[in-house]
Amino acid sequence: MRKLAIVAFLVFVMVPAGFPQQAKAPPAPGADFPKVVLTAPDTRSERSYLGLSGRGKFDISQIKAPVVILEILSIYCPYCQNEAPNINELYRMIEADANLRGKIVIVGLGAGNSAYEAGAFKKKYSVPFPIIPDPEFAAYGQIGEVRTPHFIGIRKTSEGDPRVFYSKTGAIGDPAEFLAKIKKAAGIKELK
Amino acid sequence: MKKFIIGVSILTAVLFLGSAAGSESDSFEGNVYDPGKLKPRDSALKVRVGGRAPDFSLPSVRGGRIALSDFLGKKNVVLSFVPAAWTPVCSDQWPGYNVIQDVFEAHDAVLLGITVDNIPSLFAWTSRMGKLWFPVLSDFWPHGAVSDRYGVLRSDGTSERALFVIDKKGIIRFIDVHDINKRPKLEDLVRQLDKL
Repeated sequence: MRKLAIVAFLVFVMVPAGFPQQAKAPPAPGADFPKVVLTAPDTRSERSYLGLSGRGKFDISQIKAPVVILEILSIYCPYCQNEAPNINELYRMIEADANLRGKIVIVGLGAGNSAYEAGAFKKKYSVPFPIIPDPEFAAYGQIGEVRTPHFIGIRKTSEGDPRVFYSKTGAIGDPAEFLAKIKKAAGIKELK
Repeated sequence: MKKFIIGVSILTAVLFLGSAAGSESDSFEGNVYDPGKLKPRDSALKVRVGGRAPDFSLPSVRGGRIALSDFLGKKNVVLSFVPAAWTPVCSDQWPGYNVIQDVFEAHDAVLLGITVDNIPSLFAWTSRMGKLWFPVLSDFWPHGAVSDRYGVLRSDGTSERALFVIDKKGIIRFIDVHDINKRPKLEDLVRQLDKL
């Protein structure tokens, strides 16, 4: 009983004082992307876009394309709403380029958003790429508690491990310039 | 002893989960003041589902005044009280309603956002939200009078995070006095609009 009282005291004193206030930083360029479990999209076309064979859970390493642009967003975030047309344009530019199609994919992660909310956002802004709902902030907490939108560029190593090559908060600006930046940072010419 | 262990476990879980309250939009660039975890509810309702919604007239950030009775017989009305400008959750709850503007329109409903802040504060705050499609009203003076009439004025002078769905006849059809620390899900409101 006395030990338990000590444990209770430590919980009261130490936890609020330290751990909860420290938001986890996202992985920096050069770091491995954490193995985060995500829910596969409902539609076959979006699963096909990601190269996933079926419903259920997946992680970034299972995406077929060697380069993934992960947008951590919230459907409630004004910047994410304003940025939607730019990201749609980025998607169209990638899909229109035979050298990039299938090699770079865009995935949205709806931090704190339910499936309904992610779907409503996709409908409102005609978002052509998948937005994975993360209603309990589970993936968000594992990746890093960033302000939204936050973009993470991930490229698979020759061993197939996802590695971060770009990580930045805020609007992407001009989609063409952003794509050029991503291509350069990812070493896109080396992609096969 | 067993109860004590369970109690400690629950407390630990609550404290740890409290740190993952949500994401912050870059729109606010760190200008959101975090008051920490608040008492989920700190008021007693003075209206009820099935009762008539008390009329009010409040100044709008866009200028002029808006009265609830303006919509009587014309539109269903959703009142969204949020606690305070420049605070977490509130700062992204309203931009979320931009995403389902079409749902409001399909249900012949308008949304009125209300806080106890004054007009200049609301102007600065909502400007950072981009373009909200619905009016934002100030219940600043007499301070929180409308919030109090509905029974959602907290003891610290802020309001609850509360939603009221009022039909075209002025009857309250749904009330959600939400945990102030949490954002109501869009689909829960849509479900209530579907019932109108």
